[in-house]
Amino acid sequence: MSDVKVIDEIPTYQVTLFVRRFNQEDGLEARWEDFDVTVHGTDRVLDALHKIKWEQDGSLTFRRSCAHGVCGSDAMRINGRNRLACKTLIKDLDMTKPIYVEPIKGLTVEKDLVVDMNPFYEAYRAVKPFLIASDKPEKERIQSPEDRERFEDTTKCILCAACTSSCPVFWTDGQYFGPAAIVNAHRFIFDSRDEGAEVRLDILNDKEGVWRCRTTFNCTEACPRGIEVTKAIAEVKQAILRGKP
Amino acid sequence: MAKPTIHHHEYDVVIVGAGGAGMRAAIETGPHTKTAVISKLFPTRSHTGAAQGGMAAALANVEEDSWEWHTFDTVKGGDYLVDQDAAEILAKESVQAVIDLENMGLPFNRTPDGKIDQRRFGGHTRDHGKAPVRRSCYAADRTGHMILQTLYQNCVKLGIEFYNEFYVLDLVMNDGKPAAVVAYELATGDLHVFAGKSIIFATGGFGKIFKTTSNAHTLTGDGVGIIWRKGLPLEDMEFYQFHPTGLAGLGILLSEAARGEGAILRNSTGERFMERYAPTIKDLAPRDMVARAMANEVREGRGAGPNKDYVLLDLTHLPPEVIDAKLPDITEFARTYLGVEPYTEPVPVFPTAHYAMGGIPTNIKAEVLSNNKTVVPGLYAAGECACVSVHGANRLGTNSLLDINVFGKRAGIYAVEYAKKAKHVPVPKDAVDETVALLEHMRNAKGTEKVAVLRKELQDTMDLNAQVYRTEESLDEALAKIAELRKRYEHVQVQDKGMRFNTDLLEAVELGFLLDLAEVLVATAKERRESRGGHFREDYPTRNDEKFMVHSMAYKNGSKIKIDWKPVTITNYQPMERKY
Repeated sequence: MSDVKVIDEIPTYQVTLFVRRFNQEDGLEARWEDFDVTVHGTDRVLDALHKIKWEQDGSLTFRRSCAHGVCGSDAMRINGRNRLACKTLIKDLDMTKPIYVEPIKGLTVEKDLVVDMNPFYEAYRAVKPFLIASDKPEKERIQSPEDRERFEDTTKCILCAACTSSCPVFWTDGQYFGPAAIVNAHRFIFDSRDEGAEVRLDILNDKEGVWRCRTTFNCTEACPRGIEVTKAIAEVKQAILRGKP
Repeated sequence: MAKPTIHHHEYDVVIVGAGGAGMRAAIETGPHTKTAVISKLFPTRSHTGAAQGGMAAALANVEEDSWEWHTFDTVKGGDYLVDQDAAEILAKESVQAVIDLENMGLPFNRTPDGKIDQRRFGGHTRDHGKAPVRRSCYAADRTGHMILQTLYQNCVKLGIEFYNEFYVLDLVMNDGKPAAVVAYELATGDLHVFAGKSIIFATGGFGKIFKTTSNAHTLTGDGVGIIWRKGLPLEDMEFYQFHPTGLAGLGILLSEAARGEGAILRNSTGERFMERYAPTIKDLAPRDMVARAMANEVREGRGAGPNKDYVLLDLTHLPPEVIDAKLPDITEFARTYLGVEPYTEPVPVFPTAHYAMGGIPTNIKAEVLSNNKTVVPGLYAAGECACVSVHGANRLGTNSLLDINVFGKRAGIYAVEYAKKAKHVPVPKDAVDETVALLEHMRNAKGTEKVAVLRKELQDTMDLNAQVYRTEESLDEALAKIAELRKRYEHVQVQDKGMRFNTDLLEAVELGFLLDLAEVLVATAKERRESRGGHFREDYPTRNDEKFMVHSMAYKNGSKIKIDWKPVTITNYQPMERKY
């Protein structure tokens, strides 16, 4: 894929990746391993990881699927920042230095870059992430473009966990719902067709709910979909204080 | 080597695949029967989420439209190889399918008066081809994402049981009926036998047989491959769609919605070349015609770029606010991956392997067929893995998101009906033996061949020999290469010997399915000595209705492939020359 010429002559680079390795089956401690890889100008970190897996060490393990930033499989910490490996072009990183790749934080590492996502999904499911409506319309419900726009931003979430696993509050004990769950609650709380706002606001008014957010903006910076996560959390906080969306 | 632990489960309905079709089916079965959905990915990672442009339905919210026009467009778009009874169902049930999704919460874009907005898409026309029509219901350029999220949200609401990161590797048949599937649990390496009265395959496509593709890494055709290995036929495998606008060199999809919103394809001279190929609807011609036109421009030396090997998608005349509101994701792809600013620069594009029109033959109840007519009781298939056939020789854009909803729902309804009256088919004692043997062979092989090397050679030969243009010679070359790769595959090496999260092992298994399906595709393409829809033979450049107005049916016959034919169902529309 990457050896096709695009636009101009594509330069080739030598880069070193330090990848955090862990596999409970080999009995070794978690450790950094370095790999030298030749990459092209359009290659992403995911391409480099594939090169390692396919050419050097087949046991290197990570999740991936769509490879263009819509499925949310490959969130990882790249040079200390949460990003999707398939959306991070290597040429945009500082190639004079090694590239550090490690699993996202706050979730148990299963193997190499694979973490246990279940606590993350449980928090998502706990906020009732589905439309709650008592009416049974025969056709579509009417919703004005303005009402539709009200929750546009939070419909973009791909559940990659880049936000939640960048949150210092989530790192401390993993009890906090975390930004992604709140984003998905926001998506319904501010949907004019939904009748479940009260229930969700009550859930998020919990001690592990929105009030643990300390507005560090890590989540907003981490979101590969450009969702204004911190703003969404603030809007949920205001809605709780108002008692309605 | 430790033998895997084996677990047994019993359900009424077992659904394989958690993309759009699988989850739409689960929403029908879950409330009525004990249902398990088994998926190699967490559900929202499924490739339905990558679909962009929309879902066709003649709602007539913004202009006059009818399901009958939609049926005609689908039949004509499929170059008359569409089964017209199925296309009628697709078009008739489309309106309810969209309403279902809206009622479930899907955030469609809205008209000023609050109804679901609609836009133009390739091949969808008013009154049998007079002009493009606004039929595609959409949510920006992330309609598939919204469908996938909405369906998953509703599965959560209904408490559907999922087994995520479980790879189904075998279908257990007993006396011609499905008894169970065997799945490999990624996290542990354990095997699970899921007995089901009804079993639904909704496993998606197999774009990874090609090098340049819009498909995810995980789209390796496992489900279709399993059906093939069971000796059941595959239908119309030669018809594979190449989407015109993949990002050049990368294959990442740029939705046809761009052209629906007014974007124009240009060659190196700046000419709007589609005016020559489809004078009436130009850039909104069906995908097979646009893809071929693009390839032809490049062949004849009018390609753009330093190597003249792509054409340009021009959005620069569209107001930036329209681009931001309606095409935000795809313009970001152009910026992220090619560093091109679509507001001001045309985007380099070239056809990318996108969608399998063929697959597991089914009837309009989504029941799987074991020949031209006979139903396999209790076995269902829906979505891209299936062939109903509503797409014929070429699928229209926005008809696949529709297909998964209409036929996913139907698969669910009929699977429940069957499960309520049927008994479990006994699972034979040796149910897991084949899977254990396959995995142990792979894990312990001391070969020298690398999976990635074989896969790349397969993808290279498919792009070179079985893509937009095909000839007897090129297809023979592909067959010879696949035969060579099969031999080398016997000596494949898996480095990771572990039980936990062994993706190295699974990539080796997936390659086996890719090789099988690539071979079937090429073999059927060779037998179809005509050009129709997405299948273009340079040595037989015209459609031949006398001989080939039939579906191909490929059967596994030992290590050989036997090809038979199946009549097309025609109701209202006699084949005509296809002009746009």
